[in-house]
Amino acid sequence: MKIVYNKEMDLNFKDVIGKHIPEMAAADDKIVYLDADLANCVGMVPFIKEHPDRGFDCGIAEANMMGIAAGLSSGGFKPIVHTFGPFASRRSFDQVFLSIAYAKNSVTVIGTDPGVTAAMNGGTHMPFEDMALYRSIPDAYVFDVTDTAMLKDLLDQSVNIHGLKYLRVGRKQNCKMYEDGTKFEIGKGVEVCSYGKDVAIIACGIMVAKAIDAAEALKAEGINATVIDMFTVKPLDEALVAKLAKECGAIVTAENHNKIGGLTEAVSAYTAANCPVIVKHVAVEDEFGEVGPQDYLEERFGLTTDTIVREAKAAVAAK
Amino acid sequence: MKLEQSKKAELERLAYEIRIAATEAIASRGSGHIGGSLSIADVLAVLYGAVMDYDPKNPKKEDRDKLVCSKGHSGPAVYGTLAVKGFFPYEELKTLNRPGTNLPSHCDRNKTPGVDMTTGSLGQGTSLAVGVALADKLKGLKSRTFLIVGDGEADEGQVWEAAMFTAAKKVNNLVWILDNNKKQLDGYTKDILDTFDFREKFEAFGFDAVRIDGHDLDALYEALTKEATDKPIAIVLDTVKGKGIKEVEETMNNHSMGPDADTFKKWIDGLKAELAALG
Repeated sequence: MKIVYNKEMDLNFKDVIGKHIPEMAAADDKIVYLDADLANCVGMVPFIKEHPDRGFDCGIAEANMMGIAAGLSSGGFKPIVHTFGPFASRRSFDQVFLSIAYAKNSVTVIGTDPGVTAAMNGGTHMPFEDMALYRSIPDAYVFDVTDTAMLKDLLDQSVNIHGLKYLRVGRKQNCKMYEDGTKFEIGKGVEVCSYGKDVAIIACGIMVAKAIDAAEALKAEGINATVIDMFTVKPLDEALVAKLAKECGAIVTAENHNKIGGLTEAVSAYTAANCPVIVKHVAVEDEFGEVGPQDYLEERFGLTTDTIVREAKAAVAAK
Repeated sequence: MKLEQSKKAELERLAYEIRIAATEAIASRGSGHIGGSLSIADVLAVLYGAVMDYDPKNPKKEDRDKLVCSKGHSGPAVYGTLAVKGFFPYEELKTLNRPGTNLPSHCDRNKTPGVDMTTGSLGQGTSLAVGVALADKLKGLKSRTFLIVGDGEADEGQVWEAAMFTAAKKVNNLVWILDNNKKQLDGYTKDILDTFDFREKFEAFGFDAVRIDGHDLDALYEALTKEATDKPIAIVLDTVKGKGIKEVEETMNNHSMGPDADTFKKWIDGLKAELAALG
């Protein structure tokens, strides 16, 4: 696996979604796409117009969309559903929980604008709890997508995995992290930076690049960190967490999500029960979202490189 | 299509058998959702006795007609129908709601042979049925999906989201059946949240909507065999909650009942006697 991170920005997720899903659908006639009046936000309007038998704009009715997708799954189709993260999670939670997961249907849900990437849409549209909700659903897969290479591979894999898959992914750009064509193993975190074993930083989504930057800053101060991209928040790479706990003796999690219910709790619950170790976190401190540019919001909620550096030092000091 | 009289006699018997089976299932557990089970016994008899294409030996046959009972708590009526039709042994009805059963209180497609969709959280079966029907349509199958919705269930907004989609996207291989038995758990629907005229509502949503006596086998057969145009069909059934057992019909709170074993026996014996009298 080739890490190509050099602080450069990646393509827009929305452009990749609008190109890749039609390619997937061209190669697999069981793939259908459903949206709830946000297809235009991910470049999927042309597909819906050109393929009225494969693409469905359900209107602003997310609960109905989730149910229809589940029904299509029971008929042998492989639905991909998109709406913004808050509507894909809290708005339609009972339908996702029962009609898809409990009924053992198979649907790939894309929730865009995770956490502070919702930026100018503000608090109503800013999911800090989507991973918490999806993680609580038995057997669900929860992925916080790092870049477009990962997005493409996880979409390719997800449509062929039985059950409920949730991909939280931005619409704009994250930093480029992986070489195009990279294949990811679900349930396996990726070591993206290996300076040493003083502390392990386990990050996901937009926080992965910041974690690498933090590791560099820490190195300059004589603290050598290992950085993991734990895009696979569920299933969590428990073996890797156990190894890091043992080798490093201190962990920092970093996520664009409430500290409740996401990566922080997943790592903490595992280590507490199996390999007790100090786990510091960089996450939203149980607050609602608010409006503003993404860089403002990152500062506002402490989702920054500096915060990771601070927490990593605290974790090392607490060893 | 008109119902032939010889067939009608068969369906009358089947409706009794379904009522007996559902009541026996509930009696075996001591209590259950009897009111809404009995109100749909006649439509189930017509569907499974004369309208739907299915194979009890091959319940997953791809081009079968499908049933989504969105008012999932009427599972006992669905199970009774499936047992009578040979999807699973009749004796299994007595496992209703027992630990490890294949017959849970609410319908589960992963447990019961012949149950086409998991339902129970009211409203959700409507969207699921749309998806089921849409899948058949995309595959070019001629099969139809029949969706049974409760009148109380229609309080749920999702029902109307799914109705809008059905008509707007011309999902005309889906037949909506609304069991208007006039009552929900807390009382009469008109008192809890007045639904007004369901037929007019469906018509306004773009359906070819009719309102019929939901216990009239001729009317049911005619409505259920009508071919849809581009407009999907909605059939509003005027029904009686608890239909077929006088004491249940006359009980105000008949959503779920749990009388003593003797009462259940009296009800079942009464139904059996009426069935025997049909000859």
